[in-house]
This record gives sequence, structure tokens and C-alpha cells, in this order.
Amino acid sequence: MSARVSVEEVERVAELAHLELTPQESGAMLGDLNAILDYVAELNELDTTGVEPLAQVNELVDAAGQGALRADLRLPSLDRATVMAQAPETDQAFFKVPKVIER
Amino acid sequence: MSSESKTVESYVAKPRTLADLRAGITAGTTKAADLAASYYDRIAEVNPRLNVYLSLTRERALAQAARVDETAAKGDPLPPLAGIPVGIKDVLVMEGAPATAGSRILEGYRPPYDATAVARLEAAGAVLLGKVNCDEFAMGSSNENSAYGPVRNPVDTERVPGGSSGGSAAAVAANMAVATLGTDTGGSIRQPASFCGVVGVLPTYGRVSRYGLIAFASSLDRVGPFAANVRDAATLLGVIAGLDPRDATSSSAPVPDYAAESDKPVEGLRIGIPAEYFADGLDSEVRAAIERGIAALQAAGCTLKPISLPLTKYAVPVYYLVATAEASANLARFDGVRYGYRSPSSDTLSAMYSNSRDEGFGAEVKRRIMLGTYALSAGYYDAYYLKAQQVRRLLAEEYLRAFADVDAIVTPTAPTPAFKLGEKTGDPLAMYLADIYTVTASLAGICGVTVPSGTTAAGLPVGMQVLAAHLNESAAFRVARAVEAAKL
Repeated sequence: MSARVSVEEVERVAELAHLELTPQESGAMLGDLNAILDYVAELNELDTTGVEPLAQVNELVDAAGQGALRADLRLPSLDRATVMAQAPETDQAFFKVPKVIER
Repeated sequence: MSSESKTVESYVAKPRTLADLRAGITAGTTKAADLAASYYDRIAEVNPRLNVYLSLTRERALAQAARVDETAAKGDPLPPLAGIPVGIKDVLVMEGAPATAGSRILEGYRPPYDATAVARLEAAGAVLLGKVNCDEFAMGSSNENSAYGPVRNPVDTERVPGGSSGGSAAAVAANMAVATLGTDTGGSIRQPASFCGVVGVLPTYGRVSRYGLIAFASSLDRVGPFAANVRDAATLLGVIAGLDPRDATSSSAPVPDYAAESDKPVEGLRIGIPAEYFADGLDSEVRAAIERGIAALQAAGCTLKPISLPLTKYAVPVYYLVATAEASANLARFDGVRYGYRSPSSDTLSAMYSNSRDEGFGAEVKRRIMLGTYALSAGYYDAYYLKAQQVRRLLAEEYLRAFADVDAIVTPTAPTPAFKLGEKTGDPLAMYLADIYTVTASLAGICGVTVPSGTTAAGLPVGMQVLAAHLNESAAFRVARAVEAAKL
């Protein structure tokens, strides 16, 4: 876990996250990420061999099962006109975005 | 108060209690409409300086107040929060009202529905005044990450109110609402409650529905109340708690009468004092204030038990990996397509995503998205995210073992009193360490209450954190009542 982030990695992660960082932002991000990752490396002191990961706590909240996830339900959702009213650009039926494919 | 307090600009004003207001509304001596109007006057007077409210829902509030007055005039029974003015953190949605989450990226967004907690408050008679400021997407410990400017602490306007629910805490401290809703992912209710000298409640994970909460880290996010006293906070939790089919993680456990539970004496309760929360890094005046609170509990008949929670020091690293990983996934939805801000200057879809997000998100949100994306990316997933989840289990188990021997655990809420605006903004890691006493309970899913436990010599509030096991809010309320009753 002693991995340190490089400028190239910052750029790659920004691309994955759809963030367009300026060179100045990239530089600051590099310093911050490395400081934070150095700090979280403390976790390596702990032996976690065989420990089940805990993704969320419902299983602990009620051992009798009250905390378990409910079954999936089908419920009515918002109507199209209500949703489209919030969008930056639509043709009422679909969301409009800039072109995806050059032709 | 020391002599230096003469120069402090303060807006502290305690709201009247629920019981007092309710008696007035029932008797007809207080009109809900007049009460709402008086709160809007107070907001108009102090909001320009404190920056607590981002938007007001006046029309909806006055319509609700009129309904309450009509019911009272007919002599019909009134619901528990009839006519009570309440503010809502701007990460919870109200139909048709702005919901910014403190971010530019949600500018102009008008949600088409109410959050469950919001709807339940209104069904119980509450008058919803408007939306209060917070750190962007609830990410921050000082409210300085809001795109709409920081909230100032009503106790001392040169200081931060804490975060991320800074507006919710400040609103109650300055009597700009009788109570408010906030949210807590790593301490965002408890720490601002401590900094502003009010009561804040972290309910058990699953106790209050997250439906209508703009998600930050879904396995950690909780909705909870702020109030000026413990009993009122307990009443509010009773209203908003309970099963909601719209939140799949919502618990079906019955909801006790928390206010009545909070009236029970604390004699005989076993209180754990974890050594790790009183170690290096704790401000000496905060320590002294919490020790006075602990002495008050002993005087009230509690049994004190020294305990050890040795994994505590790993909680901040675990928290910042888990929370940022979940945030990077949750915030992927803000892409300029369906709602909120779209960058006007993009000729391809890919550029539109990136430009909208770059222009819409602030620096801290970007930092957390980057950290989370990195921790989840190929090659690093096992070393960071999986490791953090494993340690999360160990931390939760440590609490479960502790609660086999004690009814509640008391700690400082934060290592310092409210710090000054700008003091920590240049150092993200220092800001993260301000959460050191609150993130463990977030990771374990347990509940807690922050209650004022006296002040520093300069008059800054110090909050005690009272933690209890899953679904044992009643114990936390009882202990908090005893600390409150000591009038420290």
C-alpha cells in the first residue's frame, strides 16, 4: 500500500472520474492525494487476514433480521413530463446531449 | 466570560421549548402564523451576517401555519409538532424548493418530491421555514466548502459553526428555527452541535429513512434532528424515525416514545469512558468540560467504567477510504444531462460531462471524488477499499464488545472548540482529523447524541458525545438529559 501517485496517475484517475483538471489543480491534487494516502497507509499495521469486509451495517443493526434489506418492490415512479422539466435540454421525450459520434 | 469576550460578535438566542410553544398554540394564545412570521423576521434580521438560510419556503410554511391555527381554533387534537418552525438542511429535498446541496452543480434544480423525513415533519404539524446552508454535498467539517459562502458561528462570528450541517446547528443556536434537520456521515450533526452549543442526534443507521437525501456515502449517511434541548430533539426523532419502504436499508424496529424514554432517571446506568478519546491532541479546556460532564453523571448515580477502544486510531483512514469510494460512485450521476448545471461550452458528450463537473464541483468535492476513484480503481481496490472494509468490521465489533458491559459511552465530540474561519482550509488532512472522535460511530452504525457540557473560559461551547448501541437511542437520550440537567 506504499504506492505513491504520479502525475500520470492523477490524470488517468481524473479521466475515469470525468473531471477536467487544470495543470494547477492537478499539481495540488497530486500533493493532497499523496499526503492522504501516506496517512491511510497506517492500516497496513493491522492483520486483516480472514476478516470479512463490512460493506454496510444492516446485518449488525438487528441480528434477528429486522435490519435486513427489504425485498425489491415495484412502485410507480415520476412521470416523464415532471422529469423532463428539470433537464437542461430535451425534446420532451428524450434528454438531448451534444453529438456522440462524428460522421 | 473572560474580558476578551467583549469584542466577540454573538447572535445566540435560545428558542422556546416545544412544550411551551405547544401549550400556547393549543390554548390559542400563540398563533402558528404569528410564530412563523416572527421567525421570518428574525431570519431577515440576522441571516445577512450568519448566512444560515439559502432559500425560504414561505408560501408553504404560511399555508401549513394556517392549517394548524384552523385545527387549534376548532379545538381538534393537534399533532406533536403543530406550528413548530423547523429548518431543513439543503441536502434534503422539498418539492418545488431549491435543493443545492451547497453546490453550484445543482443550481436551478427543483426536486419534484419530498424527502420522507421532511414529509413526516410536516405531517406532524411542523412549519418548514426553508433550506439551510451546509458544506458542498455534506463534505466538510467547517461549512467553508459551501459554494454559497460559509455560515458564521452565532456564538462568535469569527469562528466556523462546524460542518457539514453548520447551518442546521447555527439556526437553532441563533433562534432562526426551533429545530432543524441535518445529516451525519462522519460527524456532520454531532460536531456542529458541539461547536454551536446545541443538541444534535445521530440516529442508528436505518432508523430514519434516507429517501430524498442527496447521497454522499450511502452506507454511512444518516438524517437526524437538532434542537435546543434533549427532550425536544427526542420528540423530533420520534416523528421522523421508522420503517420506510422507499429506503431499502430502513429498519422495521418499533419506534419508542423517545421523549418519554429521555425522562427516565440514569441511576444505575453503566457509562464507558474510553481512554483513547482522552489522549494527546485533546484540547485541555475541552477535556476539563467533558470531565465536568462525567462528574455530573457520576453524581446522578451512573457507574463509570474505564474502557479501551484501541482500534480508534484507524477510524479516520477507514472513513476517508470508504466515504470517498462511495461518494465517487454516488456523484457520478451529476453529468449535466438530466438536471442541474450543464456547461454551455461543450461540443462533444464527453467534454460536456467533464466541463459540467469541473465547473459545477468545488475543490473538496473533486478531491474526494479523485481519492475515491483511485481507491476503487484496478490495482488498488484490494489494498485500499477492501482493506478499509475489513478494518470497518473490526471497528464495529470492538463497539459491540464494549456495549456488552456498558449502556453508553461518553467522549468529547471534537478535539477542540470551534476554530476560526480560514484556520484549516489550506490543509485537508488537518481538517479530516477534526472528525477523529465522530467517525467510529459512523462506521459502526451505532447511535449517539451530542449535548452541551459547559464552555471554555472564552465562552465557546463544548459538546459531549453520548454513544449507545444499535437502536438504543433511549439510553443516549437519558444520559444526555442528565448532563443537560447539571447546567454546566
